[in-house]
Amino acid sequence: MKIEALDVSVRAGGRTILEPVSLTIDRPGLVGLIGPNGAGKSTLMRVLAGLHPPDTGAVRYDGLTVDRIGRDVLGRRLAYLAQSGRLHWPLKVERVVALGRLPHRERPGPAADCDRAAIEAAMRATHISALRNRPASTLSGGERMRVLLARALAVDADVLLADEPIAALDPYHQLEVLDLLGDLAARGKTVVVVLHDLSLAYRYCDRLILMSGGRMLADDAPGAVLTDANLEQTYRVFAHRVRLAGEEHIVPWVRLGTVAPDEADQTGGTRPWKRT
Amino acid sequence: MTSRVAATRLRAADIPYPLLVGALGALSAILFLVSLVVGYVPLDPVAAVSDIIAGRDSVGALVMVELRLPRALLGLMVGFSLGATGAALQGLLRNPLADPGVIGVSGAAALGAVIAFYSGLAGFLSIGLALGGLAGAGLATALLLLLARQGAGTTALILSGVAIGSLAGALTALALNLSPSPYAVMEVVFWLMGSLADRSLDHVLLAAPLMAVGWILLLGAGRALDGLSLGEETARSLGFDVMRLRLRIVVASAFAIGSAVAVAGAIGFVGLVVPHVLRPLVGHQPGPLVLVSGLGGAVLTLAADILVRVLPTHPELKLGVVTAIIGAPFLFSLLWRMRREMD
Repeated sequence: MKIEALDVSVRAGGRTILEPVSLTIDRPGLVGLIGPNGAGKSTLMRVLAGLHPPDTGAVRYDGLTVDRIGRDVLGRRLAYLAQSGRLHWPLKVERVVALGRLPHRERPGPAADCDRAAIEAAMRATHISALRNRPASTLSGGERMRVLLARALAVDADVLLADEPIAALDPYHQLEVLDLLGDLAARGKTVVVVLHDLSLAYRYCDRLILMSGGRMLADDAPGAVLTDANLEQTYRVFAHRVRLAGEEHIVPWVRLGTVAPDEADQTGGTRPWKRT
Repeated sequence: MTSRVAATRLRAADIPYPLLVGALGALSAILFLVSLVVGYVPLDPVAAVSDIIAGRDSVGALVMVELRLPRALLGLMVGFSLGATGAALQGLLRNPLADPGVIGVSGAAALGAVIAFYSGLAGFLSIGLALGGLAGAGLATALLLLLARQGAGTTALILSGVAIGSLAGALTALALNLSPSPYAVMEVVFWLMGSLADRSLDHVLLAAPLMAVGWILLLGAGRALDGLSLGEETARSLGFDVMRLRLRIVVASAFAIGSAVAVAGAIGFVGLVVPHVLRPLVGHQPGPLVLVSGLGGAVLTLAADILVRVLPTHPELKLGVVTAIIGAPFLFSLLWRMRREMD
């Protein structure tokens, strides 16, 4: 599915949260949405998911607005994983994942075979099959995040928009989730993901969209987005570039402002704040 | 440790849904029949039924059709309305402490009945009180809808409901305060306690279509209520129109509860306690809980109404008093458990 945002902007409480942004997501791949806190990433995600009507501009899905394509149809074709994964009732893990099949089902009741298959696949992919009978309210933060991701995967949509899916996870599960999202992208799905870890964003994403202060500053291949200048301007950090296993990686290293920019790349210590 | 205990308890009971619905349905059918048999006049139910079928105007047939049948039917209908509405409102608000009173319609219905009483409409017409109650509920619903249509969120809607409810309560108190006769006050106070005694088939016919509208709307909202388990944003991403769901449940509750209060007075705690007790049996899913809780409400209301007639108290205890006396300890145990889980 092709998602087109044309000049979308959002205001709230007399403040502009999102300056007019235009972007098109029309090919399979893993798209990273990055930027410092308060950059407008989550707002843009909600606008793209059709959950927040923009104050100006419009979002079109295969050329149709939300109202034209229908919220129920969009519910089958676009899955959204919210940042605050609140669960209001202590449902069993399996039942939480099954909620992802709601758009495909006319009435409540026992799941059909195709639903069962999608639910099982989503639980396998996120390695939560063993937790299936646990009340989701008794899980750890990381386990719960994976359950909610499985819920979004169970929709089996063309497009997955995930708002900070790895923020609460340990390194093992961060890599696991990104491998999984990368797999989805390789299998022809479009995945847009909000990330804070620049090293992982650089490594995994096919395309990065850099936001800052409600503005979109760059939208390009990771190498072209995470330049020294962009990192300095938006994140106020300096990042080292290292070659590992024949590929370039970036490692955010020091805050700028605490050291002069020209001095930043000289800081070789592992704990820069301890330097004399 | 606590979460371990909670986990075991939550896992322990998960009865297959059709079995649960069948069992509660059968139980309410049995209690319905018991309700027809139990009463103050000794009577052979088999003879009464055969008299009714044969068209003979015996005393037994008369008692059965004019007194017991309406009472049993209303027990079923009012109980189902209270239970189903409570479950749907708890699902909508994602709060286990919500009860049908939160939208203010029951208070407004009570006020309408009180006004009907003082205006003399009730003396003039046997279903006058009920008509007054319906008018009150209708007005409150219109007010709520006006607010809801302006895009008010769930919190604003509930606050308006609470405001409407307390205004109705204040006006009811005012009417009692200004009452010219203490007997009138007593009669109104007794009516407000809620009862199914001395209702006629007219009451049943008046309430049935309105309640049916409410039930259909409530039972059809199950899928969306399930979707709401993960919050409004996720529900919308799953294709549900949360604003329409809100409207639907408020309207449905107003129909079901407004007519229940109009014919039976205020019967508390059923709508709060029944969904809460039955929730673990449906694995905490808010959608399936609506039907299950409706049936459970019918069971509890019929049982309480039978108890009222069996207890040798004089005058007869009011149904609302009995449900509150049964319900309050449940509420305490619920609060106790919640407190423990928060530790």
